[in-house]
Amino acid sequence: MQAKPLTLRVLDIVAILALGIATYMALNAPTERVMGEVQKVFYFHIGTAWTALIGFILAAVFSVVYLVTKDLKWDRLQLASIEVSLVFFLITIVLGSIWARPAWNTWWTWDPRLTTAAVTELIYIAYFMLRQGIDDPDRRARFGAVYALIGGLSAPITFFAIRLFRTIHPVVIGGTNPDADGGFSMTADMRTAFFFALFAFTIIFIDLFWNRIRLGDLQDKVEQLKLRVTN
Amino acid sequence: MFFQEPTPDTSGYMIAGYAITFLVMALYVASIYLRSRNLNKDMSILREMDEPAPVQAKAPSPVKKMPAKPGSNKPAKPVTKRSRKKQP
Repeated sequence: MQAKPLTLRVLDIVAILALGIATYMALNAPTERVMGEVQKVFYFHIGTAWTALIGFILAAVFSVVYLVTKDLKWDRLQLASIEVSLVFFLITIVLGSIWARPAWNTWWTWDPRLTTAAVTELIYIAYFMLRQGIDDPDRRARFGAVYALIGGLSAPITFFAIRLFRTIHPVVIGGTNPDADGGFSMTADMRTAFFFALFAFTIIFIDLFWNRIRLGDLQDKVEQLKLRVTN
Repeated sequence: MFFQEPTPDTSGYMIAGYAITFLVMALYVASIYLRSRNLNKDMSILREMDEPAPVQAKAPSPVKKMPAKPGSNKPAKPVTKRSRKKQP
């Protein structure tokens, strides 16, 4: 494997620092009066959700580019984007569930937002199962691209679920939902912590995405070398 | 203000949330590192297999010689087609 570029090394360090600062700011943000300390998971909940949904949409864009160009490089980008997003979205769901326990008195409820989020996560887990079942790289990439393109629709549906349907999930940014349970208004300090968390998770996402792309390139090289040796 | 409910203690949930976040991210970073290390190992093995075998310097071929007759001082003769035919 080629040595890590200096930019990526710097980005690794910046990502770790950003995560540390985001944690510090979130923990030192004012405590919400009704929910207490658990409200502080909200900063990471939104940060991971934001990057994961952007990642799923990016993967759909890479799929289109792959289907047009048939260049396997775009397949590797799509795979990397989905894998990192899947991890981030898992964190989102788990944090949401942890928040829901004291706020809604239940770990899980089949609310439209929670349901669409769970379906999105399952769609992308199935994406990896689909890829595992196909040996031919071109066929795997083609099937993966079509699947990721259709699966990409689940990201905007999940995002708009709380704005389109009656749901108990709060809309903290840009919306007032009379049915929501657990909503709150942010103070200036909370807003600073919130926007810094968004920034930090965007940096972490880019860093992990880049590292995952390099891993994909290495996987591809090993696969090609295997074919050459066996033939 | 007098009837305001006290803020509940939900710090346990908060700690669990942050702990899970860090754990999941650490596991993912570790998985990228381990996969990359294994692929590098595979790569080096495959490169070794792919390289052509090193050309060995030709050693002088040992000349087969007919066994010398017992009791004679003459050196053994090299094996030729003719000598093979003579043999029973």
